[in-house]
Amino acid sequence: MKRYMKYVKPYKTAFILGPLLMIVEILGEVIMPKLMALLINNGIANKDTGYIAAMGGSMIGIAFLMMIGGIGGAYFGAKASINFAADLRTDTFKNVQKFSFSNIDNFSTGSLVTRLTNDITQIQNLVNMCLRMMLRAPGMLIGAIIMAFVMNARLAVIVLIVVPIIITLIAIIIRLAFPRFQALQDRVDKLNSAIREALTNVRVIKSFVRDDFEKAKFEEANSGLKDSSMRAFKVMITTSPLMGLMMNITTLAVVWYGGKQILVGDMPVGDLTAFTSYVAQILISLVMSSFVILQSSRAIASARRINEVLDCESDINDENAAYPDKLVKSGSVEFKNVTFRYYKESSEPVLDHVSFKIESGETVGIIGSTGSGKTTLVSFIPRLYDTDEGEVLVGGINVKDYSLKHLRDGVSMVLQKNVLFSGSIEENLKWGKEDATLEEIRSVADMAQADGFVSEFAEKYETELGQGGVNVSGGQKQRLCIARAMLKKPKILILDDSTSAVDTATEARIRESLKSYCPDTTKIIIAQRISSVIEADKIVVLDDGKVVGIGTHDELMKSTEAYQEIYYSQMDKEVG
Amino acid sequence: MKEETRLRLEEKYRKKSEAYIKSLSDPAKAAQMGGGRRRGPGSMVGMGKPKDAGKSIKRLFGYMKKDAPLIVVVGILVLISSFANLAGSYVLRPVINGLMVAVGMYEENEVQTLALPTGIALMAVIFLSSVFAQYIYQRIMLGVSQRALLKLRNELFEKISRLPLKFYDTNDTGDIMSRFTNDVDSIGNMLNNTIASIISGVISLVGTLCLMIYTNIWLTIVTLVFSPVIILAAKAVATRSRKYYKQQQAALGSLNGYIEETISGQKIVKVFNHEEASIDEFEYLNTDLRNKQLSAQFFGGIMWPVMGNLSQVSYAITATVGGILCVLRGFDVGGLTTFVNYSRQFSRPINELSMQVTEIFSALAGAERVFDIMDTPPELPDKENAVSPAPLKGEIVLKDVTFGYVEGQTILKNVSFYAKPGQKIALVGSTGAGKTTITNLITRFYDIDSGSITIDGVDIRDYKRDYLRKNIAMVLQDTHLFSGTVKENIRYGRLDATDEEVIEAAKLASAHSFIMRLENGYDTVLEGDGANLSQGQRQLLNIARAAISKAPILILDEATSSVDTRTERHIEHGMDRLMKERTTIVIAHRLSTVRNANAIIVLEHGEIIERGDHQELLDMKGRYYELYTGKSELE
Repeated sequence: MKRYMKYVKPYKTAFILGPLLMIVEILGEVIMPKLMALLINNGIANKDTGYIAAMGGSMIGIAFLMMIGGIGGAYFGAKASINFAADLRTDTFKNVQKFSFSNIDNFSTGSLVTRLTNDITQIQNLVNMCLRMMLRAPGMLIGAIIMAFVMNARLAVIVLIVVPIIITLIAIIIRLAFPRFQALQDRVDKLNSAIREALTNVRVIKSFVRDDFEKAKFEEANSGLKDSSMRAFKVMITTSPLMGLMMNITTLAVVWYGGKQILVGDMPVGDLTAFTSYVAQILISLVMSSFVILQSSRAIASARRINEVLDCESDINDENAAYPDKLVKSGSVEFKNVTFRYYKESSEPVLDHVSFKIESGETVGIIGSTGSGKTTLVSFIPRLYDTDEGEVLVGGINVKDYSLKHLRDGVSMVLQKNVLFSGSIEENLKWGKEDATLEEIRSVADMAQADGFVSEFAEKYETELGQGGVNVSGGQKQRLCIARAMLKKPKILILDDSTSAVDTATEARIRESLKSYCPDTTKIIIAQRISSVIEADKIVVLDDGKVVGIGTHDELMKSTEAYQEIYYSQMDKEVG
Repeated sequence: MKEETRLRLEEKYRKKSEAYIKSLSDPAKAAQMGGGRRRGPGSMVGMGKPKDAGKSIKRLFGYMKKDAPLIVVVGILVLISSFANLAGSYVLRPVINGLMVAVGMYEENEVQTLALPTGIALMAVIFLSSVFAQYIYQRIMLGVSQRALLKLRNELFEKISRLPLKFYDTNDTGDIMSRFTNDVDSIGNMLNNTIASIISGVISLVGTLCLMIYTNIWLTIVTLVFSPVIILAAKAVATRSRKYYKQQQAALGSLNGYIEETISGQKIVKVFNHEEASIDEFEYLNTDLRNKQLSAQFFGGIMWPVMGNLSQVSYAITATVGGILCVLRGFDVGGLTTFVNYSRQFSRPINELSMQVTEIFSALAGAERVFDIMDTPPELPDKENAVSPAPLKGEIVLKDVTFGYVEGQTILKNVSFYAKPGQKIALVGSTGAGKTTITNLITRFYDIDSGSITIDGVDIRDYKRDYLRKNIAMVLQDTHLFSGTVKENIRYGRLDATDEEVIEAAKLASAHSFIMRLENGYDTVLEGDGANLSQGQRQLLNIARAAISKAPILILDEATSSVDTRTERHIEHGMDRLMKERTTIVIAHRLSTVRNANAIIVLEHGEIIERGDHQELLDMKGRYYELYTGKSELE
């Protein structure tokens, strides 16, 4: 709760004025019946039209004041809650920007997106509702009770008896309804995933002719949903008649005892009507509070989910960097005894005591079957993950001693899972260098063998990608991603299986241009195909997280069994 | 943020938001734009207006036909409850007048009176009957509406499963989903509340008006004169609120879209040190939303204070005029008390009804979208004389097959080839060349435009569709698994397969060893399309699923594209056994996997340009040769 004060402070005025103006409305509402009673008791009883007009006039005046209060309350309430939520959203987003790769993996992107969108909206709605209702409901309750007592203490005792009964009833309803609604939500989720599955798997279902099977599954989920809807709503529909019943019983009691008091002359007639109004106000405010409570339980779950994001501190930061101002000067890389596990409890490490050295300007291939740890290995260079044991040196300095910005400026990596963003091709490539000129862009695109197909688009580099724009094929996307990384002119360029969808001839041309591109840049290439790395200065062979061989193609063919196995699995097929 | 950045972003999002706002008035487009994206709060679904309300209402009532007598009961109970409410408050008048007589303000016969005990008893009876009637009709309506929804959803699902594949290919999953959820929900809301609310609203409105006139005609006129003011004010607020609401939704859409895209690409953002630029763009969108939201929520929020307090003003005016009438024209105090209550209530049913109208509109628009699906023509029924003969041998012959998904766009042109039982035919070519289309035609996911496809000499359109598909096992590139255990997923290929057969099939697909390494082996539960498995492992399970089926025809569409070359080599043996004795059609990007096919067919732009076995094609030194030697690219 404390942390949220931060988002209240800048908008203090709105946070205070909103509820204050609401109080104006409540006061008016509480006074109105009293004025009406006076109008009847004094005005009509004494046949004093002037008094009636005066009372009527003040009622009209108060109604307008109430309107101003209400409108003002709505304005400041909206202002406060919207700004609160917007600031909270910004902070959450900023914190996510600081997340390390493992933080992102832990949360999963889907859940992060929901937290930033749905959950924050939930909280915003709660804040808005609280500002408008929190004072209103209790204020009206207290105001109405006070007025009732001032007017007629003996009659007000009825109210004191009824209020606890109503509170108990509401509490029972909430207790009964809450778990039933949670169960209902589960059912809704189940039905939705059943539908989603049936829709996405339609080809499988149709080709195996499993329509009836799926229909039976769906019908079961559907009746489950119906049953739990019935269970939940059965409770909810009792609320309104039950409250109506309580309201009527109280009114009757008030009329009965009030009527008796009037008969003996202890109470003026006008007070009776005012009293029934107060009874109604008390009831309404209680129902309103129960509604707020029900709503807030949902928002509290959301707040918890947001807290998790805000509390999550990036496990990779550069606060302890020894040389925060140093740029990456040379592209040499050294792994010293690196061991790593994604899950700390797993027994088998992904990388097991890996040590080797890459000189600046070398071209190095990394090869090994899926799951051997290739991607993990290179992730340490731009410090996307931190090693569990051992260290990684770039340009002779431990990666942890650079500032993250400088380190990642010096290391460019094309990820296996490539992403281009909606926007033009030019905008996308400029991620590599914000102020790049069109010539620079074209030159790297040409080297990545992308200039050719881009030039064939009607709008060339201004072609919009993604939603509503041209969708490029897998191989084209990979070439654009390579160009984007090359534009950065890094000291180290890492290509993680980045040409898998590119044909061998084009890939060979990309390899050729990489040779001439920035001769002092270290190039690290992860590949499936041996042909992709065959000309490298050095090839590192990984197997089950261990380096089983380092050397040129010819050396490895003689020395390393795993390498030979990979070679023959590819070569005899492609040649024979 | 730098000024130029701001200007650039402004330009970027202006067009987007204009298009979005425009699309809001067109539900079809709105659904399209929202498709694929998570539907945020206040999504635009349901904002459209129904085209033919009467027809949809009639159809919706069709789902409650069985419960028609119950609905009549509900109607009667609603009548009882609303009349009782009105009557109950009217009894207060003679009771109060009776009290006035008792304290000596009125003469005995000057006004209508009712003794206090009688009045209380009468009110108690009336109120109780109102409350009970309300509870009973709500309870009945709950059952009626839930049964109707159950039926509606079942029918919708059943309908969807009978739709041709074309429907799935041309409609966004998110859009279909939202018909099941959002649209059916809004129909549910309507059935649950609206019908009763409308009846009781109309009765309250008319009843209140009658009682007001009966109580005092002059005061009624005063109230009625003031009503248009309230209605006009409400309309003014509502119009603005709607306008700003649309802008808010557009801004929210942009922001949520941006969040989704950025977070999904967060790793790229980090690798390129792009965090600050991302925050800039985010803050621009967030500020934009902040401003738009302020107007939208303000106008949305003042609706209640404006309406409520205008009713208070009306109440005050009536009270004043009424009070003066009491003094000057002998209007009774009991009458005044009840009348001011009525006048305050008077605007409530109007508000409620106008709110219900919005809800009804959105429910009917939803109903129309649901009925749209119901009215989509299903797969053509089997021919009357369609056959399902003894087991097929698997001889496939395509003759001069021409086909296009959309009229005027031919995908396949005069394609002819044959596969003898047990043969392996490979289809090679770029994306869009028509390889997958051929498999779509053989399985009759789509029907050909001209030419013929026969299996064992019989036109496939003369087989029963289910029978045909039961004879074809498919492994697709998009690996789809079902939530359930590994065993259940493999058994999907043949529901009566024994556990031993499941394990046998898994071994054949080289999936057995990794399955055994899973937490609970074959009983491990796969959640969310097998998210806990690698793409390669999922493909192996798909292969096992096909292996367990005894279908004589096997279609492998990029079945091993995500399996690395070493593993692929390991499963080769199993694959060979799988393909033995089955007619197999293989589509593969990696040409090494199709080398041993009996015939390789090279497709380009929907036409067969080369055919032959591996060696023949290499000798031809044509397109296949180029592809194989890496001289040109497959996209």
